[in-house]
Amino acid sequence: MNPPTSTAPPPAPLPPQPAAKGGATRPGDRIFVGLSRGSGVLLLVIMAAIAVFLTYRAYIAISDNQANFLTAFEWNPQGQPPQFGIAILAYGTVVSSIIAMAIAVPIAVGIALFVSHYAPRRMASPLAYVIDLLAAVPSIVYGLWGALVLVPYLDGMNSWLDQYLGWTYIFEKTSSGPARNLFTVGILLAVMILPVITNVTREVFLQVPRAHEEAALALGATRWEVIRMSVLPFGRSGIISASMLGLGRALGETMAVATVLSPSFLFSGHLLDPGGGTFAQNIAAKFNEANEYGRDALIASGLVLFVMTLIVNGAARMIIARRKEYSGANA
Amino acid sequence: MSHTVMDRAPATEAPAPRSLAHRRLPRWAPAALAVASAALGAGIGLAAGFESRVQWGLIAALLFVVSTYAVTTAVEGSRQAKDRIATSVVWVCFVLAVVPLASLAWTTVERGSRILDGYFLSHSMAGLNQNTPGGGIYHALIGTLEQVGIATLIAVPIGLLTAIYLVEYGRGRLAQAVTFFVDVMTGIPSIVAGLFILSTWVLTFGMGPSGFAGSLALTILMMPVVVRSTEEMLKLVPNELREASLALGVPKWRTILKVVLPTAIGGITTGVMLAVARIAGETAPVLLLVLGSSFINNDPFDGTQASLPLYVYQEYMLGTPHSYDRAWGAALVLIIFVMVLNLVARAIARWKAPATGR
Repeated sequence: MNPPTSTAPPPAPLPPQPAAKGGATRPGDRIFVGLSRGSGVLLLVIMAAIAVFLTYRAYIAISDNQANFLTAFEWNPQGQPPQFGIAILAYGTVVSSIIAMAIAVPIAVGIALFVSHYAPRRMASPLAYVIDLLAAVPSIVYGLWGALVLVPYLDGMNSWLDQYLGWTYIFEKTSSGPARNLFTVGILLAVMILPVITNVTREVFLQVPRAHEEAALALGATRWEVIRMSVLPFGRSGIISASMLGLGRALGETMAVATVLSPSFLFSGHLLDPGGGTFAQNIAAKFNEANEYGRDALIASGLVLFVMTLIVNGAARMIIARRKEYSGANA
Repeated sequence: MSHTVMDRAPATEAPAPRSLAHRRLPRWAPAALAVASAALGAGIGLAAGFESRVQWGLIAALLFVVSTYAVTTAVEGSRQAKDRIATSVVWVCFVLAVVPLASLAWTTVERGSRILDGYFLSHSMAGLNQNTPGGGIYHALIGTLEQVGIATLIAVPIGLLTAIYLVEYGRGRLAQAVTFFVDVMTGIPSIVAGLFILSTWVLTFGMGPSGFAGSLALTILMMPVVVRSTEEMLKLVPNELREASLALGVPKWRTILKVVLPTAIGGITTGVMLAVARIAGETAPVLLLVLGSSFINNDPFDGTQASLPLYVYQEYMLGTPHSYDRAWGAALVLIIFVMVLNLVARAIARWKAPATGR
């Protein structure tokens, strides 16, 4: 950094050195360092406390549980004897998230491409802005819209799916009633995580080196070939991590599921049958009728959700961290 | 006579570019195909008697993609056809996403504006049941403002100091751990944050439900957001400013307080406001810890309180036309609140952007 050529011997730098060293021990500095490090440590303590307390309460609940916590198809912690299990909840959470991902990821990539490569220049930045705003819409509003607008809308689609795709078993509708099922939940979750995935993906697409794209164009590639050869390979890890951030949000979504789904603890492989449940939805729905032990049981299911989202988010962060050049991932 | 000559001259030249370049579809072809497939989709939908317009749209979109592919392959070749199909798929994606989001915005504004007025904003739900019209959200507004305010008061100092630690002091293992767990904390579902406070504050320490308990859960959700956005902003402050201040003999803590923070204050404010907007819409922790109320309770430390998102949920669960109206009205207020925060935050970001950044 410094040019090695020495000029006149400077006497000045020597005195400030002890002063600067002394500066580190000034009381103001010590207090400030202590405060800021203390806040950082406090965050770690909170994370540890979350894990410890949830595990502790979950342990209280599970040790009295007369059914297998992982495989039982019922939720009756206040019965005699208490019996509850998370099989239905795990199934509902995973299935609705898979449906949401299957719908949202391709469309989000499409929208990100639209904003970064297809939309007219003048439209692009207002569009990105609007997508940002949509990511801020509270989930309860999505829930209200889902229950009062989307569900009646999807009734027709459900009977259509049942009529033409009923032979696939999963789209067979065996009980009538409004479309308050896992399939609708999946669609609603897709709508909710769409802005999240789009935002992160778009940022990655905008970071594709122009030289890559121009090289492809110079070889006579069409716009789609440019995207397939330079944009998508560059953005692949970004797409994956964005999807996992979206998945983390879909797994833990409470209110939108609680308003749309009509829950039940009967297992059904038919996606269009009303029923099922998710971890978060079950907590919201069962909380009011729960006594202290019932709350502990709900906390036990919340612990499972916590671990699931930790794994998904941790994996997403690791993928992002492996790409050091991509630093825009503060979503 | 001269007219015919003028007309013929370009006509004879026309075949020349055609032989040099590929044959191209006319510019209006995609638009024409879109109109045709929309009409055909509507026709098929009518004929088959589908009630849902979404199905009509899907049929039209499918028709558009298929017909574009067929026509372009015939005229321009398969590479161009793939390009065009990609273009139309991307456009279809965009339209598919816009439809539900536009419907959400439109329905909320349309249904909410029916009930939203001064009375709705200034009255509580005391003495009303699900079958009575009237009532309002005054108690919920008080609750939300107090809970979010307390959460902000706790989360912002901790978040700011943590970000300062990470950027200005953080080296080694501890800083790495804090960075990682801040990221992890960002992804905690709101209901888990609520369960955590439930398991400590309520179940272990034996405290009753209160607005403050809800604030604690909201704090957990808010802190990582504040840390991340502040961190990004502090990193943008040029090192020359710090060095100049330190070279004048200013202690480091005063440098941070008087030079670094003021430089980044615009971005930090934006980050805090976005975080406030995020927690203002959180329902799940409030549902577990504050429980909701029909009455005005100005004391966040004692007794159940209402809150705007929780009000939407509870009015929805009552399931009568009057309660649905109130739910939409409160949802509109909530959306306006969040959107105003967002817009102001972004305006501040633009107005106070550090011009001396990288």
